[in-house]
Amino acid sequence: MKKLFVPVAAITALMFAYAPIAIANAPYESTMRLVQKIFYFHFPAWMALTVSVTICTVASALYLFKGWAKADRIAVAAAEVTVIFGLFGLVSGSLWGRKAWGVWWQWDARLTMAFLLELIFFGYILVRNYGGPGAEKLAAAMGIFGGATAPFVYKSVDWWRTVHPKTSVMTTLGETSPEMWFVVWFCTFTILLFMGLLLAARIRLEEQRAALDELYLAAED
Amino acid sequence: MRFFRVALLVLKKDFAIELKSYEILSTTLFFAVSCVAIFSFAFVKDGQAPVDAAAGILWIAIAFSGTLALGRTFERERYGETLKALLLAPAPRPAIYLGKLLGIVTLLFATEIIVVPMVAFLFSAPFFERPLLLVALLGLGTVGYAAVGTLFAAMLVRARTRDVMLPILLYPITIPVIIAGVRGTSALLASPVDEPVAMLWIGLLSFFDVVFVTLSLWTFEPLMTE
Repeated sequence: MKKLFVPVAAITALMFAYAPIAIANAPYESTMRLVQKIFYFHFPAWMALTVSVTICTVASALYLFKGWAKADRIAVAAAEVTVIFGLFGLVSGSLWGRKAWGVWWQWDARLTMAFLLELIFFGYILVRNYGGPGAEKLAAAMGIFGGATAPFVYKSVDWWRTVHPKTSVMTTLGETSPEMWFVVWFCTFTILLFMGLLLAARIRLEEQRAALDELYLAAED
Repeated sequence: MRFFRVALLVLKKDFAIELKSYEILSTTLFFAVSCVAIFSFAFVKDGQAPVDAAAGILWIAIAFSGTLALGRTFERERYGETLKALLLAPAPRPAIYLGKLLGIVTLLFATEIIVVPMVAFLFSAPFFERPLLLVALLGLGTVGYAAVGTLFAAMLVRARTRDVMLPILLYPITIPVIIAGVRGTSALLASPVDEPVAMLWIGLLSFFDVVFVTLSLWTFEPLMTE
């Protein structure tokens, strides 16, 4: 893990440097023109969130049922990363919505559920920080319930009539404009790498905290 | 069978304690009634209630008084240090959870019996046009809300900051249930009654109930183990 961090960080930095060029060179979308470019941030942010929510849920379940301390550290890192990318997604979506739909926010199914997911993981962090002893388990339950909400967020656009585009938008994009499709996935991959780096750094911090606690305990004995 | 017998025994125990003082029922009821009264002071002007407000207010009253009831039920267990004894009993843990859940659901139903007519009266809302649909909505919504609530309230017994933490944990997760309840109920208030929409939300509520109850039964055991 530690050895990989620097090379991966270098690759991510290069990809981040190239991303604006790729986005600028991608063809314009016919109706939204320039505004559509925000998609190259919006979609990757939610993809990163999907991955981090999954990690948090699985790690929470592992901690709860197996009692692995490492899983707990991964879960807390993933929850914080989830909140960050959720904010990314909500803000970019809101800016885009202002231009595409004419409103900053609308309480339709997808937006409501996405907002709720963000709220649940915010709650996770609050419980973690202010729950006192035993908060890890409470937070783990929160992570599992949050993970149960995530599929609703994803499928909500297909089940209800909402202003948000359906999940099939990516498949159609692959057929109609492979060039745009490629740029979207390039950005997604970049952001995913970035998320991985954040996660690794955050897990390391948590591990060092745990090690420090152990040292304190050892010194007291 | 033993599973349900244990659940019923837990329920019976909670009933026996509650029937001695009526403490939780009366405080929860009083809170729900004052909640509705405050909303009616705020929203009803010149005898005219705003359209659609009744459904939202009903569910807010249920959610708020539910939080209060959940907190008090487990505070009682903590005070007597009886939750530990309950968990030490040679009984399946999920059965204990189920018993607790049934107790809270019954308590909330008792509250709703008073609060629903009160909202109907103060906001002149035609709640009883389709009584079966209303019962289905209230029943499923209450079960979904209480399922998550019982799990978190039980876990929080040990936490120092339990009073603050319960709403923080409970509300974000149960908002889908509240939304479904509010939308379904306001479909009943529309004239003519919008039955397909109400049925849609009832279906969704049943789905949430299944997810929440399953998850709670599944996680109760590891969560309550120290």
